[in-house]
Amino acid sequence: MVPRAEFGSYYGRPILKRPRWKAPHMPGYLYFGGLSGAAATMAAMADATGRRRLSLTGRLTALTAAAAGSALLIDELGRPERFLHMLRVFKPTSPMSVGSWVLAAHGGLTGAAAASAVTGIAPRLGRAAGAGAALTGPVLATYTGVLIADTAVPAWHEGYRHLPLLFAGSALASAGAVGMAAVPGREGAPARRMVVLGAGLELAAAGMLERGKGMREEPELVSEPYRIGRAGALLRYGRALTAAGAAGTLVAGRSRTAAVMSALAVTGGALCTRFAVLYAGHASAEDPKYTVVPQRARVTRA
Amino acid sequence: MTNSLFGPLHDVAEEAGYADPPERAGFFTDTSVCIGCKACEVACKEWNAIPEDGYALTGMSYDNTGALGASTWRHVAFIEQSAPREVDQGDGASRWLMASDVCKHCTHAACLDVCPTGALFRTEFATVVVQQDICNGCAYCVSACPYGVIDRREDDGRAWKCTMCYDRLGDGMEPACAKACPTDSIQYGPLDELRERARERLGDLHDQGVTEARLYGEDENDGVGGDGAFFLLLDEPETYGLPPDPVVTTRDLPAMWKWAGGAAAALAGCVAVSFLGRR
Ligand code: SF4
Ligand code: SF4
Repeated sequence: MVPRAEFGSYYGRPILKRPRWKAPHMPGYLYFGGLSGAAATMAAMADATGRRRLSLTGRLTALTAAAAGSALLIDELGRPERFLHMLRVFKPTSPMSVGSWVLAAHGGLTGAAAASAVTGIAPRLGRAAGAGAALTGPVLATYTGVLIADTAVPAWHEGYRHLPLLFAGSALASAGAVGMAAVPGREGAPARRMVVLGAGLELAAAGMLERGKGMREEPELVSEPYRIGRAGALLRYGRALTAAGAAGTLVAGRSRTAAVMSALAVTGGALCTRFAVLYAGHASAEDPKYTVVPQRARVTRA
Repeated sequence: MTNSLFGPLHDVAEEAGYADPPERAGFFTDTSVCIGCKACEVACKEWNAIPEDGYALTGMSYDNTGALGASTWRHVAFIEQSAPREVDQGDGASRWLMASDVCKHCTHAACLDVCPTGALFRTEFATVVVQQDICNGCAYCVSACPYGVIDRREDDGRAWKCTMCYDRLGDGMEPACAKACPTDSIQYGPLDELRERARERLGDLHDQGVTEARLYGEDENDGVGGDGAFFLLLDEPETYGLPPDPVVTTRDLPAMWKWAGGAAAALAGCVAVSFLGRR
């Protein structure tokens, strides 16, 4: 436990505004964006190595998740009918602007790849689109770390080193989970390896985030929202589910039931992690100590 | 393009693309003369036709608006301190601090940098304004502002904040709050002039023994490149609900993209590795 922080404030009122991003939209978008990105990359590799079923699964997953993520993103806007204003400009200083363009490109490419795979029309163009989506995919899965870190919310901003890796690992595991549930046996082996690798990255990144590793001022305090309250509990559930899912994956090659159960556990873990990140941000903005204490320490030292 | 993300930046409007901009305009709020009359809050509401905040009482002090927000663009804080600081307050054992807060119109405005639609823009006076016909209510600016100024109005879906009365500035008038302030606690003018006046006032106060007086937001070398609206305070910034040392989030943006690039490469690498080996 971090000792009670002594600090001045205006009647204990928050300094920052609580993020307007909410559940389930924002964590849902983070999950689906990651799933779509990693699934597209999985599909392209499966395609290149002649794994037809895994490739088709990846393409359909990538398209469905991109569509679901976009729907959540649009519904979260205060003025959803103005969604296209996102594509009025391209601003490298705005991760949301960059992300909107990546999402638009990725959605188009996954759509073309999936349509071609299902209908058999223009197979070469379909493969090219699939290869393109394999490049936009990893960007879509990780830019969301920058999206939320590029804010004044201390727990998010100071997590800028961990969040992209956390989302990358989680995305890998999520896409692998769908692949392993849908494609049994030998052909699904790469998906199972993705689950294990992804779960490892997710657990490692979450552990560093929770401990405040690499954060600058008062790391123990700034990382506290990830350990306590609703966010802390969700991160712990997420860790248990992810670890259980990864362990189950080791026998999932032989048992279909184990494959489906493990996939569900990994998906649950990925969702818990995303919700935890949102709630940690809310908690971090709502209590002025997370803003004042690290800044005060910096001023006093200077 | 030097210092476009962080650090001192003198030609703010020029950097934003204006060929021959007028002098940078700003607010100097001298809280040592504020009497807490809230004329600025009212004048701002009236001129800008801002909807009411309701009649809820905060219960913590005479301040019933509480904070800046989508429909409060000037906010007067009331701080009741039980023990006087170094100043001799006569026989009274307490003092009131009053301060009218406002959007800082930062040199490096995080809200503006992150806005994905271009709804937030830099005016020729180097102030920061939301274009209401463009904003799609993504609320990114809300989380990016290190001062907690801008907010989304939920019934309207768009983000709102102080415009420094952009419409009045264009006609050579001063903002409504500065016009209404009876004690000249809120002063409007060319920023350089205001900074000089503020330093003089600070010197006077220090000479009078008010040693706790300090300027806040006037330094170009601070975390946001200096504020277009700065303050003279009589206590630590956090006492007034201001962050002690805010830093624009984009300072770390290049590093953020680097870490994300590394994570993207790790993801692609892990997928590739998963497909190695015999079928
Ligand atoms: S104080 Fe906040 S809302 Fe105002 S210009 Fe600075 S970042 Fe933007
Ligand atoms: S809410 Fe409006 S002003 Fe704020 S970042 Fe989004 S589009 Fe820009």
